[in-house]
Amino acid sequence: MENTATANKPINGPKAATRKKWLLYAALAAVLIIVPVVFQAATGLGFLVRILVVVGIWVLLALGLNIVVGYAGLLDLGYIAFYAMGAYAGVLLGQSVSDVLGGATYWAMLVPAAIAGAVTGLALGFPVLRLRGDYLAIVTLGFGEIVRICLNNNIFGLTNGANGLPQGSDQLIPPFGAIWLQDNVRFETPIGQFVFSQNLFWYFIVVALCIGAIIIIKRLDDSRLGRAWVAMRENEVAAAACGVNIMTQKLWAFSLGALSGGVAGITFAYVQQFISPESFTFMESVFVVCIIVLGGMGSIPGVIVGALLIRGIPDLIQGLAVAGVLKLPGEAISMITGYRFLVFGLLMVVMMAVRPQGFIPSSRRARELNPDDDGILADEDQSLWDLEHREQSSAHNP
Amino acid sequence: MSLSYLLEQTLNGITLGGLYALVALGYTLVYGILLMINFAHSELFMLGGYVGLGVLKLLSDPAVAEATGLGFLEPIQTFFLSGTFGFVMLIAVTFAVSAVVVGILGMFIERFAYRPLRHAPRLAPLISAIGVSIFLQNAVLLWIDSKQLPYTRADGSAFVQAQTAFNVGGVEVSTMQIFIIATSLILLALLDTFVSKTRIGRAMRATSQDREAAGLMGVDINSVIALAFFIGPALGAIAGVFNGMYYGSVKFNMGFIPGIKSFTAAVIGGIGNLRGAMLGGFLLGIVESLASGFVSNAYRDVIAFIVLILVLIFRPGGLLGEAVAEKV
Repeated sequence: MENTATANKPINGPKAATRKKWLLYAALAAVLIIVPVVFQAATGLGFLVRILVVVGIWVLLALGLNIVVGYAGLLDLGYIAFYAMGAYAGVLLGQSVSDVLGGATYWAMLVPAAIAGAVTGLALGFPVLRLRGDYLAIVTLGFGEIVRICLNNNIFGLTNGANGLPQGSDQLIPPFGAIWLQDNVRFETPIGQFVFSQNLFWYFIVVALCIGAIIIIKRLDDSRLGRAWVAMRENEVAAAACGVNIMTQKLWAFSLGALSGGVAGITFAYVQQFISPESFTFMESVFVVCIIVLGGMGSIPGVIVGALLIRGIPDLIQGLAVAGVLKLPGEAISMITGYRFLVFGLLMVVMMAVRPQGFIPSSRRARELNPDDDGILADEDQSLWDLEHREQSSAHNP
Repeated sequence: MSLSYLLEQTLNGITLGGLYALVALGYTLVYGILLMINFAHSELFMLGGYVGLGVLKLLSDPAVAEATGLGFLEPIQTFFLSGTFGFVMLIAVTFAVSAVVVGILGMFIERFAYRPLRHAPRLAPLISAIGVSIFLQNAVLLWIDSKQLPYTRADGSAFVQAQTAFNVGGVEVSTMQIFIIATSLILLALLDTFVSKTRIGRAMRATSQDREAAGLMGVDINSVIALAFFIGPALGAIAGVFNGMYYGSVKFNMGFIPGIKSFTAAVIGGIGNLRGAMLGGFLLGIVESLASGFVSNAYRDVIAFIVLILVLIFRPGGLLGEAVAEKV
């Protein structure tokens, strides 16, 4: 009897694990559906759905940047530029075709927005990805500022400068079904009246986009490309020696990250119904980097938790206080909004010293951020750029 | 587009370049020794402006001294407000205090934010520096003022009058411009002599070439790095005071753009190379000023950033080459 039990174990084990995994996914899906519906139904808690939508957009952004920073190990400080490109390209193009497409405009514009993001990523990446890591950070920062200044200066007479888009009485048409659901799906519940609001509609779109992105990123991580990224991040020179084409892999990481930024951008534009250069400042780029650093570089759960903490909690406290659920003096509310950047700055410093791998780290990345000795560290920090330029300079002065 | 307009823009550019050069030295000193971009340097430049304003107000405005409970400063104020000598002393004290305070703050930041990360991957100190930068900016925003503060005396007039000092062939040269250009040139020359001629300077150069070997030869690495973190921010603070006097105000986010541009200047000259940073500063100032005068004022920052990208792509070692020894 004992023998059969142990013999059965390896056969039953994986099956049970798979079943457990699916149960977990089912539970997660139930939470993702039920929680916002309850929020929406409960009197006075509808604003929480809105916060979830915003957090979702930031999860999408952070997932995209996570490909660049977490997987490929390239620090991009101008990521918000791709978000801006997606938003502006989508809105500008969408306005010219919205008469024909109507409620389908948002869906149709997802593709051009994604392309706008990815193409910008390629255009920037091609010249600058050869650079060493810290130079790359500064150049991407400069690029982000260039984009913002151009938008602010109403470049080519398209962007309406600081006043933003859409201009005047123009409006962005909500996607199909949003209005119908809002008008027709409403009923009384014990906790209040449930209305299938546009916020709830957007919540489901954003969650779907995030799940799609997570699936794609997980698959990428297990693919040849994902392995190349890890190899390149851990030791660029060794990866190149093993036949990884560094430039191509970096470009893939950059443009895929930018693509996700573009999709987040157009979604943000339609949720907000308005975009202006103010939403695309350097601080927003820092926000996304913060989410990844605090959550855990290269870790998908880490990024989600990071977005919830950094984007969600300040909004949540403020929202609860405004709704009167949380009794806080007005001063305390403005303190929370005012002090959050101060706290983030401090957190970044402390995290780097105490726990550079973030709250929920990816195990591989954690080991890399705490190297065993300085020799390994030096190998990992070295880039191809260093080698090439050493050879050049020694060729000049033998 | 007359010749005098061209000359005037060039002169503005040289003035601006002097400021960039002062700030760029801070980036290049730290990069030369630690191979790290001190992202918080632009905030130290900004703080220099604020400290300078505070000192000026305390030493020249009776109302401010009264309000801060430092009424005993009044006899000193009378001295500083009387005659040319007093005025020169007032300005000198302002620069000195601002440089020392911000320099000490720089050392403090190095000690607590960067030193623990000396054996971490390169990204870690950069992210930490961004954190420091955000913290300092928001500290000023929350605890001092979120609005622009005018850089003026009690009666609302500028500390150093920007009146025209000379008129050379139709080109107007103001006292402030001469003051900035002369001071920055003197400071640059002093620093250059210090680093190339003195014993401590030699220790700094040795540390930047090979930190470990320098340590084995008896150089106290920690104090050399601390010194670099004093000199850089001190020069940045002086530039910050100048910036406040020249443009007439300070604001919590005033460091960001000049900071990036000064970093550009350091890269143009070859990061890690002191003379390169000076050259880069003046070049960038002139290019930016001419571009804003002849191409477009609204896009002047864009032009500076494009210069940065172009330099990094085509000549990443900078004009005067890279003095940093790469470790393999």
